[in-house]
Amino acid sequence: MDLTPASSATPWGPEAVERVYRAESRRVLATLIRLLGDFDLAEEALHDAFKAALEQWPREGLPSNPRAWLVSAGRFKAIDGIRRNARFAPLDELAERVEAIADERAQVEQESVEDDRLRLIFTCCHPALAPDAQIALTLREVCGLTTEEIARAFLTAPATLAQRIVRAKAKIRTARIPYEVPERRELPQRLDSVLRVIYLVFNEGYSASSGATLIRHDLSAEAIRLARLLVELLPESEAIGLLALMLLHESRRAARTSAEGDLILLEEQDRTLWDHEQIAEGLALVDRAVATNQVGSYVLQAAIAAVHARAPTARSTDWHRIVALYDALLALEPSPVVALNRAVALSMRDGPRAGLGAVEAVMASGALDDYHLAHAARADLLRRLGHLSEAVEAYRRALALVRQEPERRFLERRVRELTEGSA
Amino acid sequence: MLLIYFDETALPEDERQSCYDESLRLIEELRTKGQYIAASPLHPTSTATSVRVREGKRLVTDGPFAETREQLGGYYLVDARDLDEAINIAARIPMSRKGTVEVRPVIELPVLQ
Repeated sequence: MDLTPASSATPWGPEAVERVYRAESRRVLATLIRLLGDFDLAEEALHDAFKAALEQWPREGLPSNPRAWLVSAGRFKAIDGIRRNARFAPLDELAERVEAIADERAQVEQESVEDDRLRLIFTCCHPALAPDAQIALTLREVCGLTTEEIARAFLTAPATLAQRIVRAKAKIRTARIPYEVPERRELPQRLDSVLRVIYLVFNEGYSASSGATLIRHDLSAEAIRLARLLVELLPESEAIGLLALMLLHESRRAARTSAEGDLILLEEQDRTLWDHEQIAEGLALVDRAVATNQVGSYVLQAAIAAVHARAPTARSTDWHRIVALYDALLALEPSPVVALNRAVALSMRDGPRAGLGAVEAVMASGALDDYHLAHAARADLLRRLGHLSEAVEAYRRALALVRQEPERRFLERRVRELTEGSA
Repeated sequence: MLLIYFDETALPEDERQSCYDESLRLIEELRTKGQYIAASPLHPTSTATSVRVREGKRLVTDGPFAETREQLGGYYLVDARDLDEAINIAARIPMSRKGTVEVRPVIELPVLQ
């Protein structure tokens, strides 16, 4: 990012520092955490470094390497701080700490900043942290959201969220969770953890935004931004697959809900409202992921989304391909939900009678008894086959379990259509 | 501290023995790396005695402190650089395949070193 001004008359004032903050603060933080070995210390150092920048840059001009300047400044402020608090710590511990921070090994230039950002992501998503702690920490440290923004987005009390982050940092410190990028051998599992966090954040934004509450921060955009960063730093196929999947979901946002906030099914969506730039990017990413020959769960889900994205009309959707992809996904992830989705795709390929058989077979084990979408899917097929009273009963079972307002209204509308006489 | 929990009722004698053998090999390896501090299997919970002192009164009862599905059956005390290193060791303990190994950082009190 080029920060040199168009005109040399521009002073290096607060706006310039603000710009650098937005562009570089996360990278600087990631490096400071490595150098200082502590999240809180690093955050304080970051704050102090930018304070120093606000004081010195207007006088001295923008440094040629703002990031290195900030890291240096932060590091020395931290050492200063430790010396100032010297009377509270035993002398040998103090000397050790200062030495470690000022260590020659800690050359800012040599360590790639990408490595530090990856270290930060993997540490925040370490499986030793509780899942909701991973999410909170990632949004706070990697994405730079404030505690209030995160709390609001997840409809939690800010104090609760703040505590969660405090405890997570304490766990990192006490249990000695290392600030490292996992070894190649551990990478698939650890990457899995990161991808799960990103997808959870995305889904929170994806569904929450269609509700009545106005979310200040767009979580879906944040998740996509995070995934982009991850793919840039670590272009593993599943990371690419997840980014593709989220872009393809996101591309349909404008078409998913009516002006009144009602749900519009995929088959009824106005495809001209789909974001074709996001689709193009998503499709390219799917191709890229598939080309690696490492086709995992996210890549398959993205490939399924890609089939929908490629269809100019609902009618022209290649359901054969979708069912085949679900077959592959089911082999990888034999979960009842995947089996259900496959059954629904099958109903589109082979017709409602075959579909109903498939859906009921999946529901037979009872594993999906509390899953509203299973009952909704069954209800829809019964409706299409003309078994109206059974359909209504199934819709009612779905209604008893549904939690999202737009989905509730959709199901209620279906029940009304069926009970107020046939069309 | 690596605390090893497993269902002691579900461990036949020959399996127990092969676990010991595998553990001994792991311990040797840890020794050469300078990571081994201590380790031992424990006698089953039927041999346990629980001691509590309340208001100056000593309460001694038969059995472990609580009845649980998996019981504490052994421990390792190792010197690991960080949690990931400790996890890697824990994952090599034979009973991690049947039970659970809890990894707990030890509070290092200077007076105890």
